[in-house]
This record gives sequence, C-alpha cells and structure tokens, in this order.
Amino acid sequence: MTAGTVALSPSVDLLRTAFGPAIRRASVSCGDTIVWVDPERAHEILAWLKTTPGQQFNYLTDITAVDYRDPEQPLEVVYQLRSLGRKADLRIKIQLDKAAPPLAVDSVFDLWKGADWLEREVFDMFGVTFRGHPDLRRILMWDTYAEGFPLRKDFPLRGNFTRAEQTRQVLAANPEANYSLEELTIADAFDELPEDMKRRLAQGERGEIR
Amino acid sequence: MSSRTLEMSLATPGLDSEGRPTRIPLSVKKGSDDEFGAEHMLINIGPQHPATHGVLRLVLELEGETVIRCIPHVGYLHSGFEKLGEYRHYNQIVPLTDRTDYLSPMANNVCLALAAEKLMGVTITERCQVLRVIACEMSRIISHLVWLGTTGIDLGAFTPFLWSFYQRERIYNLQESWTGARLTTSLTRVGGMLADVPDGFEAALRDFCRTFPHTLDEVDSMFTRNSIWCGRTQGVGIMGADDAINYSLSGPMLRASGVSYDVRKDRPYLGYDSYDFDVPVGEHGDIYDRYRVRLEEMYQSNRILDQALDRLAKLKGAPLNTDDHRVILPPKSRAMSDMEAMIHHFKQVMEGVAAPVGEAYFGVENPKGELGYYFVSDGTAKPVRWRIRPPSFINLACLPKLCEGALLSDVIAINASVDIVMGEIDR
Repeated sequence: MTAGTVALSPSVDLLRTAFGPAIRRASVSCGDTIVWVDPERAHEILAWLKTTPGQQFNYLTDITAVDYRDPEQPLEVVYQLRSLGRKADLRIKIQLDKAAPPLAVDSVFDLWKGADWLEREVFDMFGVTFRGHPDLRRILMWDTYAEGFPLRKDFPLRGNFTRAEQTRQVLAANPEANYSLEELTIADAFDELPEDMKRRLAQGERGEIR
Repeated sequence: MSSRTLEMSLATPGLDSEGRPTRIPLSVKKGSDDEFGAEHMLINIGPQHPATHGVLRLVLELEGETVIRCIPHVGYLHSGFEKLGEYRHYNQIVPLTDRTDYLSPMANNVCLALAAEKLMGVTITERCQVLRVIACEMSRIISHLVWLGTTGIDLGAFTPFLWSFYQRERIYNLQESWTGARLTTSLTRVGGMLADVPDGFEAALRDFCRTFPHTLDEVDSMFTRNSIWCGRTQGVGIMGADDAINYSLSGPMLRASGVSYDVRKDRPYLGYDSYDFDVPVGEHGDIYDRYRVRLEEMYQSNRILDQALDRLAKLKGAPLNTDDHRVILPPKSRAMSDMEAMIHHFKQVMEGVAAPVGEAYFGVENPKGELGYYFVSDGTAKPVRWRIRPPSFINLACLPKLCEGALLSDVIAINASVDIVMGEIDR
C-alpha cells in the first residue's frame, strides 16, 4: 500500500494536458491520487474537473487544510472530489506559503454550495481566506474570538491566552448580547439601539478584550 | 472579490462609511409600508431548545409566519477533537470518536480503525470484518430509532417515541455487554477489536433481529398513512437531486432526494458487497421521503445483521485480531511471561504505533451520512492532521435553503428531518 504501487488516476494526464505547468506534482498515497495545483489557477482547475465530460467530479466530499509540524512546510488546502457517476475520487491540494500572508485562495462556493460551511471552517481553524465567499466568518468559534486559528501548529493545545485571561474574558462578556450585528440589522433593529450600544457592538462586545 | 471578506482577517467586524456593520448582504425585503408585511421579525430558537436536537441556535427572519431567512449558529459544543487527535496515538483517538456522533459511537470507532488501517496498510481478519459490520448496523438502527422517536415528538406523536426508545434500549444492553459501556464504547483497535462478543450475545442479537421488525411495522402503520404526519411532512423541506449533490449532502438526506448513492454499495468496505441488502431511494426529497428512507434502512440493517450473524456462527473460533505484530499487542499471557513480548507491549503502549509517511481518507456510510476520517502522517505515532468529515455538519449547511419560504412550524420539522447530532457538528 505504499506510494507508487498503485497507478495515478487517469485524470492526472488529462489535467497535465489541459493545464500544463499549473499541475505541479501528482502522487499516490494509500491508493488515493493527490494532485498539487497552482493556487492562482485552482478555481479554474476545479471548475474544469467538475464540468468536463469524462471527469464529472460533481460531488465535493470535503474541504480541509493541513498545517505540518515542520514550520518550513507550506500550509495545504485539501479538496476531496468525487464523481458519483464514475465512482472515482481525486484529491486536489493547494500549497500556501505561511511566510507570505494573507493566505488566500478563490472560493469554490460558486461551483459547490456545499463549500459554504466547509470554507468557513477552514477560515475559522486555519485563517485561510476564501476570496469570493459570500459570508466568510467564523463558524465553530465565536465571532470575536481573538486567540488565533486553533488548528495551526503554532497554536498551543490550551490556547494562546492564559486560563486566567480566558476566564476574565468570559466573565466580562455581556450575556445580553445575543445577536450578531447582521442579525440586528434585520428588521432594522440596529437603528433603534442606543448610540453607545451600537458602538460597543461594533467593537465586538462579546468576549472582546477590554 | 468582495473587499469585505478580506477585512475580516481576525475578529473585528467591519463598519462601512456610515457606521453600519458590513457583514452579510442582507435580504431584508420591504413590503408595502402600510401593511403588516412591512416589518420583519427576528426569532431566536435555541441553543437550549428541545426541538433543535442539541445546542443548535437558529435565528429566523420572519415575514408574518413565513421564514425569509434562517441563520444557524453552531459551535456551542466545540471541543477541539481534531486538535486533540494530533496529540494522541492512533488507538488513543478511538475514545474521541465516541464523543463526536454520540448516537452511533460504534460506527465511528469502526471508521477510525479502517482509516488508520488504510494508512498503515494493515489487513484485518474476516471475523473482525463481520463483527464490525454488526457494530455498524447496530449503530445505524439505534441512531435511526432516536431520529424516529424525537422527530415524532417534534411533530406531536409521542407513542412511537416510547416504542423506538424501548428497542434502542435493547441494543444498548447488547452494546453494554460487548464493550462495557453504553455510550463511550471505544470498540475498535487498529487491526482488531477491543474484545470479542460475550457469551450469549449472538442469541440475544438474533432475538432482537427476529422481534425488532414488529416495532417498525407498528411505526409504519402509525405514521406512513397518517394524515397528520403526511400533512406535516409531505412537500415540506424539498431538496432536489441536483441541489442535494451540489450541497454535498450524504446518507438518507441524499438518497431521499433521489440520488442512489450509498458508500456501502458504491465503495464497499468490510465486505458489504457480499451482503444482500437494498438501498432505499426517495423520489421527492421532502421530509416524508427522508422518513421512508430511514425506516426502510432499519429493515435493511436488520437483514444485514441476520446475515452477519450467520457468518459469525461459521467463523466460530477464527482469529479476531490481525497477526500483524506492528499494531496488535501480544497476548497478555505472553506479555507476562516472555521478556521480548513484554518489551514489545511496553513500547507499543508508551510510544504508540508509527504510521508511514503519507495520508489516507476513509469514508464509511454512517447513519447520518458519509463519515470520513482523513489522516495525514509524518511517520510518527501521532497524526499530523486528523480531519473528521462530519456528515451532520455538511447536511445541516443546507438548512437555510430548506427553511427559506417555509412556515415557522415547518422549521422544526425540517431541522428534525436533517438528523443532526451536535457533538459531531461542533466536534
């Protein structure tokens, strides 16, 4: 089951023909084909894989990211694609240089609606920005979470803040601030708030350091 | 590219030039000013609400009783399992999987073992495969029973809840006799199982298989042609086949929309291709079809259990764990009497089992949908990355679309039909 004993997916040759140097590398790990592509052309390549007859990777199984223990190694955004009809899988990877922020790739929300929450989670956990995502905000952590990106390897298991600081912030948070700003804007509730509350909300009152 | 998204690099919500929050483009549609329709109402459901099936919070924008927009908030139960997994040996991750989808812990355990075995290139014995199939199908039944009971309650039917929870309890008793725990089963190990089934297990499970369909028949006669049930579920929360694929739905949600995709059939694992069972597929993609699909899946799981028990009887006395000494601990008797075996035992427990450099994704058909574990290894005993592909999380992401234009009371039914478990969504 080691790399090389199983052949690459035939999609790789077609990708190389269609995109040339934008296909940087391809390998097999545990029987799964992995293709590393140029971050700038990733969206184009994914759209090609989704729509081209003979490929039809119409199902986005997963989007995630990997931060390696070696700080020199780039952060990888991973797309698990599947063709339900052909019963084929392909893993597309994009490497992002952590030393050159902002870490940003094009959103694939326009191709797969299922990318919505998956991209939000990668943004939340790794700080990768998805350009063109309609609603990119934190999903598992709260909006005003300020400790960083939990699944990065430079994020310690217990968090970036001390336990005392975390406790202080929890106690300082306003339990009445139940709604986010965009929710208050619904039904124009935001306009009816007192001025000082608008200001405090805008600063992110929920859990913000004071 | 919208400039707004880049501004949100961390936790500061932006403001536009007039001091208003610059967040999601809002869909506030103004009706005619003189009518009631002019004002939109904001309704909050949860996070502590029995009908949200856990700590899910929904903020609904209503026009009259019609939902204009639904904003789900998740993360209240976030426990950082994926991060914790990076600090644990592969076998030590098994207890974490119990706590993700806690309604089907044994199926999660099986998926973890399969993913780790794929990564390490370990093959398991036939008896182990059969026992894992039994574990998966028992989990499917209890998870669907919880779904059936709670959804019935959400829509006002109390009796089927009692029936389904009674049957669920019978499986929990079996689960307890096998693993010693009702919820935190931690059933599998890389290359094998925690334990063989205890004496009397097969007979008790066989008895369950024989009597359980009767309960399903009763539920069937109670719900399937019940006018209230049909009225609340038919034509509500519709998701078409193309949309279902586009939203990456999986499991009963996908199949109810008419897409015949089941990981057990399409990418068989654990020898599922050698079992005789059918995959129910819906037609309309509404709540009613989801109910029919899940109900039928329980009958089919029962069939699989029956066949698996036949195989188990044939494999009596066959080895349970793989003989791959890389991953399996030496027998206790040897570890206590033989120096090498003891050292081997010690090193494996203390240092863990190193996986080769590489990565593996393994997806299984869990009750909620396709559960996938994705391991990336750098050659040490702890994974660099352990990603859970959470079926409930991905299925729930389509909730705003399903609720759009529905009535407020339908939101409860739609949310129930997605079959979520917050432990897995928030992880």
